Amino acid sequence: MARALINVPAKAKRGEIITIKTLISHVMESGFRHDQFGAKIPRDIITSFVCTYNGEEIFQAVLYPAITANPFITFNTIATESGTIAFMWQGDNGFSATETVNIAVE
Amino acid sequence: MTDKRPKILATRRDVLATAGSLVGGGLIGGLGLAPPAVAQTQLKSPASPMASAIRRIVGEAKLKPGKVKLDVPPLSENGNSVSLRVSVDSPMTSTNYVKAIHVLTEKNPQTYVTSVRLGARAGRADISTRMRLADTQSVIAIAEMSDGSFWSDTATVIVTLGACLEDVT
Repeated sequence: MARALINVPAKAKRGEIITIKTLISHVMESGFRHDQFGAKIPRDIITSFVCTYNGEEIFQAVLYPAITANPFITFNTIATESGTIAFMWQGDNGFSATETVNIAVE
Repeated sequence: MTDKRPKILATRRDVLATAGSLVGGGLIGGLGLAPPAVAQTQLKSPASPMASAIRRIVGEAKLKPGKVKLDVPPLSENGNSVSLRVSVDSPMTSTNYVKAIHVLTEKNPQTYVTSVRLGARAGRADISTRMRLADTQSVIAIAEMSDGSFWSDTATVIVTLGACLEDVT
């Protein structure tokens, strides 16, 4: 299981714009590099990232080899109600990781 | 101490100072002007991968400069990690919001960097991530609005040591 770091404020006022920061450990092997024998290293990247807020999709990103190792993504959303924010990464070779964070909205 | 030398003859110091300013000015001018000129020709030529990728995203619509702010460092020592921030000037209401943001590069082996999909719920169209750059090149951010218009911003990043070039040893 890949290690993921997620930064979401634990509490927010209703209607407040909150910033979500995510980082996940992954090599993001671009597929354009060669090893010491000249053989191409096969691509191994995270291709998609989806964030849902109480089941509703709020952010989606398609990632390409030009994204750095350990992809770091930040975005914003409006805190509408208390609940869970779920994060899902999917990639090559069946890579899949999910994380959830709770948020309290007053 | 008074200077007894005739004024017509330039001293060694004068010559060096003039030469230095000429070289310095030339260098700065070169750095400042050359990359955008390259970017312009790349964008205009229909055969470049960046231009065809833009065409695929935009379709028949017109790509206008403005509204988008692409924040990248002007110079990066390491192409393996270049910070990138895209913010779009939009009220983000249910009728007027940013649908998607695309980031493309001119000289990377693959043109696309990322494509993100947002909605009115984002509150603020402002994303950031980190990208790899193979070479000194221009980067373009394209915002797709809910009304079907496309806006863009271009920036040039000078990369000292590119990504993708090193081999694993």
